[in-house]
Amino acid sequence: MLAAVLILPLLAALLVLLPIGHRGRWPALVTVLTNAILLALALAIVAHVSHAGALHEWNQSLSIDAFGALLLLLVTFLGFTTAIFSWGYIVERRIGATRTGKVRLYYTLYHLFILSMVAVPVISHVALVWIAVEMTTLMSAFLVAYEDTPASLEAAWKYVVLTSMGAILGLLGILILYWGTRVAGDVPFTWAGLVTGAPHMPKTLLWTGFLLILVGFGTKVGLVPLHTWLPDAHSQAPSPVCALLSGVETSTALFVILRLFPVLQAAPLVADPRPWFIAIGLVSVGAAAFLLLHIRDYKRMFAFSTVEHMGIIMVAVGLGGMPAHLAAMYQLTAHALTKSFCFFAAGTTLVATGTQEVGAVHGLIHRAPLAGTALFLGGLAIAGAPPFVVFISEFSIFRAGLADGQYLSIALLALFVAVAFCALTFHINRIVFGRAEDVPAHAIPRPCLAALVIAAIPMLILGLYLPGPLAALFRAAAATLGH
Amino acid sequence: MISLFTEPLDAFCGGFFLLTAIGIVSTRQMLACLRLFMIQALLLVAAALLIGVKLSSGDLVAVAVITFVTKVVAIPWVLKLSLGSEIYAQREIDQVLNIPLALLISAALVLFSYFVATPMVTAVGQPFTNINLPIGLAGLVLGAFTVTVRREAMAQLIGLLVMENGVFFASISIVPHLPVIAEISAAIDVPVMSLIIGLLIRRIHKRTGSTVVSELATLRED
Repeated sequence: MLAAVLILPLLAALLVLLPIGHRGRWPALVTVLTNAILLALALAIVAHVSHAGALHEWNQSLSIDAFGALLLLLVTFLGFTTAIFSWGYIVERRIGATRTGKVRLYYTLYHLFILSMVAVPVISHVALVWIAVEMTTLMSAFLVAYEDTPASLEAAWKYVVLTSMGAILGLLGILILYWGTRVAGDVPFTWAGLVTGAPHMPKTLLWTGFLLILVGFGTKVGLVPLHTWLPDAHSQAPSPVCALLSGVETSTALFVILRLFPVLQAAPLVADPRPWFIAIGLVSVGAAAFLLLHIRDYKRMFAFSTVEHMGIIMVAVGLGGMPAHLAAMYQLTAHALTKSFCFFAAGTTLVATGTQEVGAVHGLIHRAPLAGTALFLGGLAIAGAPPFVVFISEFSIFRAGLADGQYLSIALLALFVAVAFCALTFHINRIVFGRAEDVPAHAIPRPCLAALVIAAIPMLILGLYLPGPLAALFRAAAATLGH
Repeated sequence: MISLFTEPLDAFCGGFFLLTAIGIVSTRQMLACLRLFMIQALLLVAAALLIGVKLSSGDLVAVAVITFVTKVVAIPWVLKLSLGSEIYAQREIDQVLNIPLALLISAALVLFSYFVATPMVTAVGQPFTNINLPIGLAGLVLGAFTVTVRREAMAQLIGLLVMENGVFFASISIVPHLPVIAEISAAIDVPVMSLIIGLLIRRIHKRTGSTVVSELATLRED
């Protein structure tokens, strides 16, 4: 099953290149279908992992546990909804391309990008996980630069150079950890192997390796002050690509950092990682919240909100304990689902109005009711208003922290989240309401609306009710993070 | 015979490796920069062979072969192919700092690398790590410094490759038995990175008529 997850996107990447069909409908169709199958596979893997524990294949070179299964589920779900949105945005509206050849290239890169992201939770050997993370950058570089404007090329350049610098730092960190496992005895170089080997590793290796990985992969996650490339790339890429970049690509890099949390805790002589995670997280949340106040581009606004949410997850993990880790998994899921919806809404607004500037759009709800409603819902949901899923996940982080007596961290976190809430709702309010200009809006392609509806369902339902199997998956995933 | 001299020979390679990294920070000519990078890759190959023979590690010999094929042959070729001779052979390259200051900072960065590497070397005490780890770390840091101070796209790419060389120079001593599969994938990764960045440079050149990436500064907060 795990092998199929890797083979399917690779096959699809080749299939979309076949010169079949008219105006790029063939690649769009193939992409929606393969991503639907991929999502079904991910669901089957989740079911297996929840019942029977970690899954191994190919002589243990592929393996997945509950945390990996959750990430896989999120990547494949977003892969599916984004495939539908791309049909409307890239194929029907032809944003950024006039030639069908370029559309095919988009879809090939799309599948390779998905492949690199699903490979991160599926591969066992940590050095190979590094390759997968680096490939997520390389495969998406031309997706960021897809519209070929000077601004998008600038964004792609910063994206590739800064995250590659980070990746190379991270590589040294990973090799130092590998060195540690050799010194510690013959433990396999997997996430589980690192946890068992950690008590026997020289602590200077463990700590230096961790710091290099934190800085290196932290660049890709967009942790402040290494975030400078993120608002550029996540605002200049075509909206469906933004949904993947913000929704799950950042999470795949964060996955690697979070995996080291139990490793550090397993080594009693190494400094406690919890204050580090909290401090780094709070800096990101705080900086993003205040930067959100004076934003001029609504896609950039959602990009900064990604920085904020990555910080929140870091804090939640750093708080420690089962309730906080459970909340962190909830938050990871909530962010992926909600942020992809927000970028779909932003893309729809861009299609309708033709501008990304906050000040240039007023009364969207009158000009383009569907886009206006979507942007309004997305803005409220990502800011953390009830009854959406982000509200529940943030609330459970506060509750877990307060129950644990970490009042200062929670007070700061709540303050920053409140600032971000005000900033987001203020900007959204300016766009959605007010007097509309008398310019007719462009029609919105039907696949875009379909993607919005499908993406909205879990965002709404999970805020009201958490299904039993998903709750079990969250619990199992939280358990992998240690105590 | 060889085994007696392995350590001094490795130190010799390391010394010149460091010099090439500093040379890349301070050279004005683009082609000279690229040649220095190729020499640096050759020194990496030599060190990998030396340590590989000494520790009788087939993996390290594979690293040497892969490094030679990718960094000395494939990458310069890929860059020439993706960039076209006009950008590839560009003469002057600009940098933010003047050269004496850049050299001074480089020296400080090398000292810093020894400072970071020494606790790890003494904690484990594996052969060759006392030479390769600090020098590899210095290569990594100097490469990052190159990316930061250079304004030219091509020079920034070389900075990234120097960082990668530094990591490999350290890795041949700290993990001489890394599984071949990891090496092969790393070997694929580096040329793919060069290709993608090379194609991006060509796009930027076509679109803006320049490869001075520091002039790309429209996206920022006010």
